[in-house]
Amino acid sequence: MTRVLRRRETSIALALVILVVVATTANDAFLLSSDGFRDLLLAPSLLVLLAVGQAAVIITRNVDLSVSSTLGLVAFATGSMFVSSPGLSVPVVMLLGILLGAALGAVNGGLVTSARVPSLVITLGTLYAYRGITVIWAGTDRISAGDMPRSFLAIGTERVLGIPVVALVALVVVVGAGVYLGYARTGREFYAIGSEPVAARLCGLPVGRRVFFAFVLSGTLAGLAGVLFAARYATVASNAGTGLELQAVAAAVIGGVAIFGGSGTVAGAALGAVLLATIDRALPILGIPDFWQQAVVGVLIIGAIVLDRVLAVRTARRLRSTGVAEAVRPLPAARVTGGVP
Amino acid sequence: MVVNRFTILKGEAMAESDDEPGPTSSHPGASADAAPATPAAPLGPAAPLGPAAPLGPSTRTPAPTLVVRGLVKHFGPVVALARAELEVRPGEIHALVGENGAGKSTLVKLLAGVYQPTAGQMLLDGAPLEPRTPADARDAGVAVIYQEPTLFPDLSVAENVFMGRLLTGRGGLVSRKAMRERTRELLATLGVEIDPDRPALGLSIADQQLVEIVKAVSLDAKLLVMDEPTAALSGVEVDRLFAVARQLRDRGAAVVFISHRFDEIFALSDRITVMRDGEHVSTQDTAATDTATIVRQMVGRAVDTMFPRTERTPGAVVLEVQGLTRAGTFEGVDLHVRAGEILGIAGLVGSGRSEVVRAVFGIDRYDSGTVRVDGRVLAQDGPEQAMRHGLALVPEDRRRQGLHTDLSVARNVALTLRRRLSRGGILTSGAEYRVAHEWAATLQVKARDLDAVAGTLSGGNQQKVVLAKWLSTTPRVLLIDEPTRGIDVGTKAEVHRLLDRLAGDGVAVVMISSELPEVLGMSDRVLVMHEGRVTAVLDRADADPETVMSAATGTVRSAVA
Ligand SMILES: Nc1ncnc2c1ncn2[C@@H]1O[C@H](COP(=O)(O)OP(=O)(O)OP(=O)(O)O)[C@@H](O)[C@H]1O
Ligand SMILES: [Mg+2]
Repeated sequence: MTRVLRRRETSIALALVILVVVATTANDAFLLSSDGFRDLLLAPSLLVLLAVGQAAVIITRNVDLSVSSTLGLVAFATGSMFVSSPGLSVPVVMLLGILLGAALGAVNGGLVTSARVPSLVITLGTLYAYRGITVIWAGTDRISAGDMPRSFLAIGTERVLGIPVVALVALVVVVGAGVYLGYARTGREFYAIGSEPVAARLCGLPVGRRVFFAFVLSGTLAGLAGVLFAARYATVASNAGTGLELQAVAAAVIGGVAIFGGSGTVAGAALGAVLLATIDRALPILGIPDFWQQAVVGVLIIGAIVLDRVLAVRTARRLRSTGVAEAVRPLPAARVTGGVP
Repeated sequence: MVVNRFTILKGEAMAESDDEPGPTSSHPGASADAAPATPAAPLGPAAPLGPAAPLGPSTRTPAPTLVVRGLVKHFGPVVALARAELEVRPGEIHALVGENGAGKSTLVKLLAGVYQPTAGQMLLDGAPLEPRTPADARDAGVAVIYQEPTLFPDLSVAENVFMGRLLTGRGGLVSRKAMRERTRELLATLGVEIDPDRPALGLSIADQQLVEIVKAVSLDAKLLVMDEPTAALSGVEVDRLFAVARQLRDRGAAVVFISHRFDEIFALSDRITVMRDGEHVSTQDTAATDTATIVRQMVGRAVDTMFPRTERTPGAVVLEVQGLTRAGTFEGVDLHVRAGEILGIAGLVGSGRSEVVRAVFGIDRYDSGTVRVDGRVLAQDGPEQAMRHGLALVPEDRRRQGLHTDLSVARNVALTLRRRLSRGGILTSGAEYRVAHEWAATLQVKARDLDAVAGTLSGGNQQKVVLAKWLSTTPRVLLIDEPTRGIDVGTKAEVHRLLDRLAGDGVAVVMISSELPEVLGMSDRVLVMHEGRVTAVLDRADADPETVMSAATGTVRSAVA
């Protein structure tokens, strides 16, 4: 199994390398200029944060559509805090921003675990609700560079050893979340819950608590992304981050996270995010018109899902030949009965 | 030995046919207990159990590990348990029996903390047992093998065994190595070879069941509850499971064993508690009772366990299979069945029986060979095609492959009939109910009503719903895999009568069964498989237990007829 998963991650990494090589051949500024290299790492960073949180949630057989609105609300709140309370130090404001993200995630988690309504519906609701709050709060105002301290904005542009700080943060998050989901006791339980929710209960796993935590994690990472968004773009309007939620889901799916939960890795989702962001940058350089970019992403998603299905059937057949034959695992339609998305 | 599953349905027969310690030749603890027992001291509901009212005068009776007193469980209007009583001593294997829907699994789930009781009391080692979650129960020392599978298909076998209490190593991180090694040891005690690193996805039902057993055994609990653990196992594995259960008992654990197979109950248990309609009926020493008594107490009447057989003359060959081969699974399988004939397929679990019928029905592909229906080749084109030619398959793993657990009973039964029942594309619920009602009555499905969600039925009743679903399609060729698995004695006889009637009406029946008496009692011809090959085809007159068993275990390769 890990072998198959590893293959998915390597294949994405490979696709990424090919894309970068092709784009660089077309225009060597894509990689070889100092800005090009920075953008290669910087452009996907925020999406990586969202994709990691999304992966954790999807692995538990849920989905969090509200991340883009969380990002927007936190980004705006962060800027506003600098405006309204100039006395607060930068780290304190950043921390408050992240905590706001965690709180918004907790609202999602609380609703999903207590209301017994599918997370797809709940987070679709909060996607609009959180955005609505931002719109009411911001109106047509926007936070601009002048409203925020320079030391804060520097985080968005600074580099260590040539690598953007924001990208380093994303990397640390990927490693941390990867270790947690791959090797922590409670992290492994995420997979069990997504794989078979009923069995998870019978095994005595605290299903509600874990799912709640997955949403808090997703909200926290979206909050972190919101703070970094404000630092990096230096202007925040009420529509900040719109549309990123589907990109985050797409990144996770392309990266091999099964949409019905139970399998996939954070690293895969992160690679998926990098691939998506890089495609966004590479296609214009390759002279491919804007509207084709969407189509390419679509093809990637469908390709990834078809690949999953083919691999699953193959794995099942291989596994079968080692034991007594049994059914290929029931198709998603059958599996979804106990689950959420 | 491989014999258990294949012995006759009578407890008495066990002692002669089995060279494992049978119910009479025994382990020290139980015979000491059994000897002074007052004859079958039945514990009527009037005599509540428990430390306060010890059983009989015997001072040697140890304090019970588990006491269940007046346990009640309602699901809305459904009374699943009315007044359950159970007492299990340390070092005892206690069989719990009752019809489908009697409340056995509900009792198990109350012990396991899956549900909370409506009323009543449970005591473990004298202390109140009030688990709010399965984790509480586990921590208190209760291990459970549930009737329905509880594995995680995406996780490795080792992780499945330890889920909920994964072993950790350095830095508090999960240690796959430790779990792999521990799992390997545990599997070895059961004599099973399953790679601990492989995912549970794709394990056969038997292997899934073995993993469940390993999982429960690894807890080393005070009380081990097994809800129909043998339903999917063949003789060899059943024997190993029994060996493990006896080991645990001899170490002083209390074991509760639920089964619908009387040979197993009499081979393994020290005492038997009978339940009916959620109430305690009796508790008695296994040595002091017999199958007929237990059946009468379960069902409330005597059941005719004779196999029905109306005389019939088989017609033309309807289904003919030649040289069917799938690499690594089965090879060169030839079989044919005539209209009005029952062809029984015997063999151990894993011999490729189910795989052959699945391939015939078009669920799995085969590499070479032909399937003919009425002399015409049936292309490999999926189950739809097979159904169009009048084939029906009742699959082995019914819960997963046959039942829509979130739909109503009526909808489930009528699902395969949609086209026939609908008028101008609209399925009238009247028609749906009529069919569902008829079949529910025939198979004695115990449900609140036909609108009940199938997932809330007892395990055996779910099996009946799936049976009804396929039988109601009136096929010309019925492929039926383990027709009576998980089904209680009363209904078993009903299913047998039904199969006989179908054959009488000219249906060609192919019946796979792990129960030798069933195969021998029902079939016109018996085909035996071993490791993917047909090792014998026997006429009814020639099919005796020894011949079939030796062909099934591959000890004798009789000439293929
Ligand atoms: N969650 C539930 N909701 C409603 N009714 C239920 C539920 N669980 C069980 N029941 C009902 O309780 C009764 C007892 O079911 P239970 O599963 O305990 O039977 P059982 O003795 O285990 O039968 P079997 O031999 O078929 O496994 C049945 O009538 C069943 O329909
Ligand atoms: Mg049951």
